[in-house]
Amino acid sequence: MNLREVKQLLDAEVLLGEESLDKEIKTVFACDLMSDVLAFVEDKTILLTGLVNPHTIRTAEMMDINAVVFVRGKTPDEETLKLAKETNIVILSTKHILYTSCGILYSNGLCGANLVTR
Amino acid sequence: MNNIQLSYNIERRDFSRAGEASSNIKKALRQLGVNSATIRRVAVATYEAEMNIIIHSEGGTIGVTVDVDKIRIDAKDTGPGIENIEMAMKEGYSTATSEVRELGFGAGMGLPNMKRCADEFSIESSKGNPTKVSIIIYQ
Repeated sequence: MNLREVKQLLDAEVLLGEESLDKEIKTVFACDLMSDVLAFVEDKTILLTGLVNPHTIRTAEMMDINAVVFVRGKTPDEETLKLAKETNIVILSTKHILYTSCGILYSNGLCGANLVTR
Repeated sequence: MNNIQLSYNIERRDFSRAGEASSNIKKALRQLGVNSATIRRVAVATYEAEMNIIIHSEGGTIGVTVDVDKIRIDAKDTGPGIENIEMAMKEGYSTATSEVRELGFGAGMGLPNMKRCADEFSIESSKGNPTKVSIIIYQ
């Protein structure tokens, strides 16, 4: 699936990276705790989260995550968007809650991210 | 090849710049042609170290030494030290404030996560003294 399909399925708005929507994605990770993203994610995945601040972007950058979907209709502030632009991270925003967003993507064939087993 | 050394000062409670040092380290390693899996392990370790210094310490430094076969990370602060290292190394144990938790951190995963990324890991600290964490990751 590519990001364009994710956008359509989640009825999401593209806040950044319209030109990168053809990027292929294979898995999804969803949580509001950045410590857990750093601890558990192994895949190059996309992140669904309700945590809207620059630390979300920094965390994504560290993990080579190149797209973040903000849920519950949240939109990031300018500082967060600026950082996302600098780090080439696509930003989507959906009105769905985290649970619903995950359900939609899962039922359309996207699996959860593989976790670190080290 | 001589080794390459990078060093960054980290200010206490400087949340607005949190991650900048790790981002710069990541870019430098990419330029040096280090493989992406190794870069990611280094990035997670330095980012956790950077957040720990910002959240818990009076300020400190992160040094990275890149050798042909390994990358060494030295994170040092100026105190106030960890009272119980055994507890601090436990997943889920945290002394972080609710303010820090609202930023998505303070889940008690920092030190365990650094250790998980490391091939060799050591920590020295005690109450009232600096904390020093050394990590070696083989390429």
